[in-house]
Amino acid sequence: MHGKALPYLLLMPATLFLCVFFLYPFALVAFEAFTRDGGFTLDNFRTMAGNWKFPVAFWNTTLLAAIVVPIQLVTALLMATVVSRLETGRGAALYIFAIPLGISDLAAGLIWLAIFDQSGFLNTLLSNLGLVDRPVMFLGYQSKLTIFIAVVLAEIWRATAIMMVILVAGMGLIPREYHEAAEVFGASPWKRFVKITLPLLRPSLQTAIILRVILAFEVFAVVAALGGTNLPVLMGETYNWQFSLQDRNVAAAFALLILAISVGLTLFFLRALRVPKEARI
Amino acid sequence: MSAVAEAPVVATADARKAGSWLLVATVILLSVWVLLPIYLLIVNALSSPEEVTAFPKRFFPSFDFGSLSFFINFAGVGRALWNSVLVATLTMILSIGFGAPAGYALSRFDFPGKGTFRFLVLMTRAFPLPLLALPLAVMFIRTGLDDTAIGLALVHTTLALPFAVLITFSLFSGIPVELEEAAWTLGCTRLQAFRKVILPLALPGIAASAIFAFTISWNEVFAAAVLTIENRTLTAFLLQSLGESPLYLKFAGGAALVIPALIFIFAVRKYLFAMWGIANR
Repeated sequence: MHGKALPYLLLMPATLFLCVFFLYPFALVAFEAFTRDGGFTLDNFRTMAGNWKFPVAFWNTTLLAAIVVPIQLVTALLMATVVSRLETGRGAALYIFAIPLGISDLAAGLIWLAIFDQSGFLNTLLSNLGLVDRPVMFLGYQSKLTIFIAVVLAEIWRATAIMMVILVAGMGLIPREYHEAAEVFGASPWKRFVKITLPLLRPSLQTAIILRVILAFEVFAVVAALGGTNLPVLMGETYNWQFSLQDRNVAAAFALLILAISVGLTLFFLRALRVPKEARI
Repeated sequence: MSAVAEAPVVATADARKAGSWLLVATVILLSVWVLLPIYLLIVNALSSPEEVTAFPKRFFPSFDFGSLSFFINFAGVGRALWNSVLVATLTMILSIGFGAPAGYALSRFDFPGKGTFRFLVLMTRAFPLPLLALPLAVMFIRTGLDDTAIGLALVHTTLALPFAVLITFSLFSGIPVELEEAAWTLGCTRLQAFRKVILPLALPGIAASAIFAFTISWNEVFAAAVLTIENRTLTAFLLQSLGESPLYLKFAGGAALVIPALIFIFAVRKYLFAMWGIANR
């Protein structure tokens, strides 16, 4: 077997697969969102937006993303920087920092449930320190703020690793000479970080931010484990409409909204953090 | 005179020492941040049901297997575990089977349409893929794939395939084409050269990306919960029983999700960075 056909033959299975299970369902979800009983309609979106939970879910999700992602970016940069400066134990530190990458969002939610639950470890600690007389109900339906904080912490804990790994890989691509030259000219570590690392890291920062923002709008199982239905988010509402309310078309409208937000934000960050071709390493 | 000359040297040495202490302290702090929550979950999983719901809690496990045996014997758990393994194995086979040939083609050939394929693969990352389970649910009912392991594995493969393509692409790119050419001149056919020369070199990396595919499927919650009813995976089972299940069941289930993940990530740690480094472009 030789000639021009081989690469196409090799690509064929993957391409066909992505057409059937990625492009086609994408078209299907758009179709379902805009139809009801066979006719074109915007009713699904009206039903979606008219539900009292919709604005709450929308703002909860957006607020979560807006708070979590910047904190994660800073934490991931810190992790990547300390790892790159470490001389011994680099591998061990990298493995430990990367662990949450392999942990399911549901498991992460359960992990933080062990801490925030009424009989959990945080209450034990507070009572051992004499700060509370009896266990506080952190995750009850009246304590939306603490549920929100618990979700924020769980999300930071869970998904910083993915950004860290991308940034470590990106830092590895920056030639050492740049740092050495800057050091010779007396640039402080902070200055080197701001003037060399950050600008040259832009492609990785872009990837990390895009990936993470998309994941942030998919937040679901962490919230389900910690807040149940007390903290509505977009993915959770999608799930509800599909299952509890048995309305596929409205669920599709939710799905399309999340897809639109993801694509919109991807395009935004592709532009905002654009790296000119000649500036790439 | 000499004292004046020495002072700055001493000062920088001090600063360096302080810097390295700060570095070590930061690494330890970040490691504790990652590991402590997991430890607390394990403490819960290794305590008796009474201890899990008691207050205040102990910060050390009593190594009572009551919670774990309750979990294992709980109706549906054994089957859910089996389903999780089955779906993840199928996902692994599908994503490597489709992804590795594509990765090889991308690394060895230049052909029209290469850019389009890469764009298709990268585009999958701008979409919240689990959402595509919603329209697929209908398609699966029509084709008889609903509530089957293979149906869910197909959806999980859309999540894992892009990674399989990118990691095998980077793997094959790292193996010099000259090795293959030498085998051809010695009389190997293209297939023989691949099997005898390239495959042995690429196998560890392919295994790593297979494990990564397994982990992605093992951890996935949303699509699993949408697409399975009778044949629920462990994540779907835990999610759907969140409302009614007792705490000790949740924590034992969480631990059952986490422990394999820790091992998976340990097994692929060397390749994590290659995977994401290449994902940058």
